[in-house]
Amino acid sequence: MAANQTLQRRQSQLTRGHLPSYAVWVVLGASVILGAAIASLIGFTVVGWAIISAIVFVVAATIVTAVAEGERKAKDRLVTFLVYGAFLVALLPLISVIWTVLERGVPGLSYNFLFTSMNGLTGAVDNQAVENGTPVLGGAYHAVLGTLQITLWATLISVPIGLLTAVYLVEYGSGKNLTKAITFFVDVMTGIPSIVAGLFAAALFALLFGPGTRTGFVAAVALSVLMIPVVVRSTEEMLKIVPNELREASYALGVRKWRTITKVVIPTAISGIASGVTLSIARVIGETAPILVTAGFASSINTNVFSGWMSTLPTFIYYQILTPTSPTSPDPSTQRAWAAALLLILMVMLLNLGARFVASFFAPKTSR
Amino acid sequence: MSTTSLKASTDRGRAGDKIFSGVSLTAGVLILAVLFSVAVFLLVQAAPTFSADPTEVTGGNGFSAYILPIVVGTVVAATIALLIATPVGIAVALFISHYAPRRLARAFGYVIDLLAAIPSVIYGAWGYIVLAPQMAKAYAWLAENLGWLPIFAGPASQTGKTMLTAGVVLAVMVIPIITSLSREIFLQTPTLHEEAALAMGATRWEMVRMAVLPFARPGIISAAMLGLGRALGETMAVALVLSPGALGASLIKTGNQTIAAEIALNFPEAFGLRLNELIAAGLVLFVITLIVNMIARFIITRHKEFSGAN
Repeated sequence: MAANQTLQRRQSQLTRGHLPSYAVWVVLGASVILGAAIASLIGFTVVGWAIISAIVFVVAATIVTAVAEGERKAKDRLVTFLVYGAFLVALLPLISVIWTVLERGVPGLSYNFLFTSMNGLTGAVDNQAVENGTPVLGGAYHAVLGTLQITLWATLISVPIGLLTAVYLVEYGSGKNLTKAITFFVDVMTGIPSIVAGLFAAALFALLFGPGTRTGFVAAVALSVLMIPVVVRSTEEMLKIVPNELREASYALGVRKWRTITKVVIPTAISGIASGVTLSIARVIGETAPILVTAGFASSINTNVFSGWMSTLPTFIYYQILTPTSPTSPDPSTQRAWAAALLLILMVMLLNLGARFVASFFAPKTSR
Repeated sequence: MSTTSLKASTDRGRAGDKIFSGVSLTAGVLILAVLFSVAVFLLVQAAPTFSADPTEVTGGNGFSAYILPIVVGTVVAATIALLIATPVGIAVALFISHYAPRRLARAFGYVIDLLAAIPSVIYGAWGYIVLAPQMAKAYAWLAENLGWLPIFAGPASQTGKTMLTAGVVLAVMVIPIITSLSREIFLQTPTLHEEAALAMGATRWEMVRMAVLPFARPGIISAAMLGLGRALGETMAVALVLSPGALGASLIKTGNQTIAAEIALNFPEAFGLRLNELIAAGLVLFVITLIVNMIARFIITRHKEFSGAN
């Protein structure tokens, strides 16, 4: 009996000065009601209601905690709310962007959009489509082709250079000053603004082939300036985690270093390398600024990267929004822009998912 | 017979070794050469601007009078972005590393990484069509109630295509960078420090403030610097969201311009000296971002050497 009493007393001492767990929900409910009241006083909107309720809740819950549990607990709770709130705030633009692209992009994504170019499509055609309510003509076929070609060439340039540099950094140059310099400048290169990479390619080809040289290949060079550092970094990380025992076992069998690298080290790391390359493609496929200054803009199909201006999906979106085909009725252009945006997001997401898939599917079989 | 074949293969192997190491060394040196030539080619193409007659440069007062307002505009846009993105980015990183339920934290991390995967032109289009009209309402209110502050001086832009909108769009693009870098550092905090703080009776916030944040401070600074580098060089969001104009103090009026957007908007139609001028502007941007990035990387490398993280 006496033992039971002490037990009870100890319990009440432990929970003394603690709010019950439902207290937060009570405060939340009260804040939502109070928020609705204040919001309807100053003109009711759902956004205003949510913001006012959130502020009232954070302030009220902090004060209630401060009174019942003390200042330290109140501060802890306040920070917890702010941290959760920051995450929700960061989610808002993501949801808004994805919702906008889906809502406005899906109606425009038709067979016609995917497989026709903008060749011969003038403002008059758009005006007619709006007047008669007929489907919007014209599409992004040329831009899709341009995106694929330019990205392919950029990949062809960047992957060998990036891969070999990473091999040098990990296998040959460890501890050398040159390695430190390359690592540092590769990191610095990651931060080059994309438009500067475009200007570099434009300036380079202007010096070689005369000013105003704009082709798909110039754009590919610009993109590879952005892509190489990403490939180097990811490949380097992957080569570093290849166990040294594998290399030593290979050397012990009398295998040359270069055979060891090509037959043992790279195959072991290939899944990580492939996923890094896929991610780097996802990064450059959405680049707009370097394409603007290097490949110009085209409305018809161009399958030759070495001559003539070329369009890509990002520049297509940019020009359709900024300079609608028909200035008097921009709706068809906006619709095409959002359809292209949806297509571009789908490409980027597929590449990102593909990278994760490659990384997990082709991962080397470890003992576990 | 067998000896000769062995010998032959050995010779071939030695040659292969030399070729392979030579090729990979060349690739590494090539990268340094590329970065060097970026600077050189930009300098060569920009040179005519500096020697040109001041009256021929856009604006008619020489290159420095032309570049200075847009440098200030670039810095202002990036500063707005950073002021919003740094606290939010760090809080989101804390959420993922220390606050979110363990099982969901990875998924939340992927969601934030999605923000980084969306191409900048789509953010620009979103800012142009969705965000700017929404912000216009807020600007009207700001101009009315806080108009005495120079940065909110009216009359507010009707379209909402102003510096502040551009800064907000930039902030959205910078948040995932700051978050992913600081998250990595937060996760490296020595568990013993955290447990020691908790065992002394610290609340979760006190643990974060005493164990996590001091450990992560250099990492947070460099994350913010890298975010700054991104915000300074970001083109499409600003080109689409901002209606450019002369430099002005008010952030909610039409006006101001950044280097990157100036280049993107004018380069396609430029020729002659104008072309050199824009390349010179690009060179200025390159130098600014290079300095910012080098400082950030320097802080990271120094931090790596002293921390027990690796």
